[in-house]
Amino acid sequence: MGLLNREEAEALIQEVLEVYPEKAKKDRAKHLMVNDKTLESAKKCITSNRKSVPGVMTQRGCAYAGAKGVVWGPFKDIIDISHGPIGCGQYSRGGRRNYYSGIAGVDSFCDMMFSSDFQEKDVVFGGDKKLAKLIDEVESLFPLSKALSVQSECPIGLIGDDIEAVSKKKAVEIGKTIVPVRCEGFRGVSQSLGHHISNDALRDWMLSNRDGKLEPGGPYDVAILGDYNIGGDAWASRILLEEMGLNVVAQWSGDGTVAEIENTPKVKLNLLHCYRSMNYIARHMEEKYGIPWLEYNFFGPTKIAESLREIASHFDDTIKEGAERVIAKYQPAMDAIIAKFKPRLQGKKVMLYVGGLRPRHTVGAYEDLGMEVVGAGYEFAHNDDYDRTIKEMKDATLIYDDATGYELEEFVRQIKPDLVGSGIKEKYAFHKMGVPFRQMHSWDYSGPYHGYDGFAVFARDMDMAVNNPCWTLFKAPWEKPAEATNEDTEALVA
Amino acid sequence: MAKLRQAAIYGKGGIGKSTTTQNLVAALAEAGQKVMIVGCDPKADSTRLILHSKAQTTVMHLAAEAGSVEDLELEDVLAVGYGGVKCVESGGPEPGVGCAGRGVITAINFLEEEGAYDEDLNFVFYDVLGDVVCGGFAMPIRENKAQEIYIVVSGEMMAMYAANNIAKGIVKYANSGSVRLAGLICNSRKTDREDELIEALAAKLGTQMIHFVPRDNVVQHAEIRRMTVIEYDPKAKQADEYRALARKIIDNKKFVIPTPLEMEELEDLLMEFGIMDAEDETIIGKTAAELAAEAA
Repeated sequence: MGLLNREEAEALIQEVLEVYPEKAKKDRAKHLMVNDKTLESAKKCITSNRKSVPGVMTQRGCAYAGAKGVVWGPFKDIIDISHGPIGCGQYSRGGRRNYYSGIAGVDSFCDMMFSSDFQEKDVVFGGDKKLAKLIDEVESLFPLSKALSVQSECPIGLIGDDIEAVSKKKAVEIGKTIVPVRCEGFRGVSQSLGHHISNDALRDWMLSNRDGKLEPGGPYDVAILGDYNIGGDAWASRILLEEMGLNVVAQWSGDGTVAEIENTPKVKLNLLHCYRSMNYIARHMEEKYGIPWLEYNFFGPTKIAESLREIASHFDDTIKEGAERVIAKYQPAMDAIIAKFKPRLQGKKVMLYVGGLRPRHTVGAYEDLGMEVVGAGYEFAHNDDYDRTIKEMKDATLIYDDATGYELEEFVRQIKPDLVGSGIKEKYAFHKMGVPFRQMHSWDYSGPYHGYDGFAVFARDMDMAVNNPCWTLFKAPWEKPAEATNEDTEALVA
Repeated sequence: MAKLRQAAIYGKGGIGKSTTTQNLVAALAEAGQKVMIVGCDPKADSTRLILHSKAQTTVMHLAAEAGSVEDLELEDVLAVGYGGVKCVESGGPEPGVGCAGRGVITAINFLEEEGAYDEDLNFVFYDVLGDVVCGGFAMPIRENKAQEIYIVVSGEMMAMYAANNIAKGIVKYANSGSVRLAGLICNSRKTDREDELIEALAAKLGTQMIHFVPRDNVVQHAEIRRMTVIEYDPKAKQADEYRALARKIIDNKKFVIPTPLEMEELEDLLMEFGIMDAEDETIIGKTAAELAAEAA
């Protein structure tokens, strides 16, 4: 099936909406659109960041997931305490593959899980005392941590535990920053609010710790914001910035540290990869410290080169030359990758349904391989994400917000993409439909995908999924029409 | 044996629920009934007149000490006082922390699991915190708990507002379960025409004023000694009032789904009895300065 034109795409959306009851249909219609590149803003065409329709298998998480899982978890020398019953902490542990360098349990705590393991009595009598005791125990067991955070689970918000007071008191006693994070899971409509709450908590409790005491920064100091070092993404990004002559002071938050956070106010430019989860702190630093920020995209050589040049444009000729040098250095390797994989992937269609930045940021990388993204959607985006997405996507492609299980399946069934990129919950449904799939939240146990090094892995992985010989074996031999057998045999012999 | 009857006592804070409940229970015990009181209030003052104690050690307090509620035995939390009355306090946190409602839920679940509601009992009374502020304090009226609710009320305006609100809460659970309003207990504050007023309110709610308990200082005298009137001065006239209430409750057959009043209806009733003045709509939203200017 070829690409849809606008009318066909509109008709497909209508057809999919048809199964819903009236109220759900009206609601879901606002979250589905056919891309129109001429639009300045997505506002009129798509509604986002709204409560999900119950019963439709939304893929969203909660505020706690956005806080503990996304923003806080990857800072390696901070111990994150999951405050509440055990499940939230235990089931959010170790699933995200945010790499770090360090020794687990000594100076790095990403692999570990700390929970106050709430019992009935803690709900009834409050968990403040237990939290204080837990902090003492954590401090005596792991004295090399640089800071602690208290990640609130739902009951904390219901019973009104004063985690701020405990954090303040204990911080004085142990001489470390303790950040209370009010990320109770019932707040907001998705994990997105958890990102915002976390940015605010970092702003209020940590970012300004060294105000007035910081040594002046160098002329080329920058910070990476919104890179969680999935499969080593931030490392593959950092080396490019360093090669072009920049000094990367901080990584937020993949492989990041408290010292890096506290030193960020002296950078000259904040480089923002995942806009959705960290634009808040970037805006705050712009307002308070006058640090400009810049969104960049390190997926695929085209976007990397564009981004490197744009980053360099904020600095002097040394850096501009550095950017050109870096691009020139890696271009032959990229050309070789494209020469190898593009013929195998040319014209293949991709549908994406992910979070954060990937539905728009990976479009360029797919296009570098000759592939085309024909549908993209986000779990928890806001309208400013869609404003950015309509520019990256081709006309008449599908854009879907907080897509339901049914919508995704139906779109895939009808559009018949050659590859679907989404999460682990979708993976096996599409595998069973016989559609190649990559899990694009944590790179399907692969990565990095950022930077030039990442593109090599990305290209290999996409080829491995799309051209995997298993898809040709999908049909049982006895289901083949009889007359096809000869041809098949001939094909095999040939 | 007779079927166990479970009753919950609700009413505005400070109306005298705990005092009335304990005097009533003492009268029931005197009449040979086997009764248990379950205090559902973090203040834990629902059993002190029966036990002559300052405050009974509560289920939640013991659970916190032992580690969890599963570590407790029934005899740890159950005390027996005057007339063989079994006493339990659910307990809960000090004001301002934790979740008292969850404490009530946990304690009642524990009592059920441990078989506190044994076959010898005739009555269980739940004495519940004044304001039903959350689901926890509605626990005693959910399915398979109290089937009859008594609301302690007086002729004061706020007590009647509270009674009407509690009736609304009962409607919610009555429609999904077997809980019924069993009557209003008027604990007199000696307001004008109090008995008539409560009779009228009861009629509007579709229930009865099951008894009018007059005000008598002997109740306070007994209370200072951490005793019920029944025990402190069995010959007192007030003791007979509680005996009368006990008898009426034993014989009570009038269990209804209440018909709560609309706010206007309730205010009309209060105005009719002179408890509340008719509202002067012309002064609403006017500042003192504006009113002074108008008067001038």
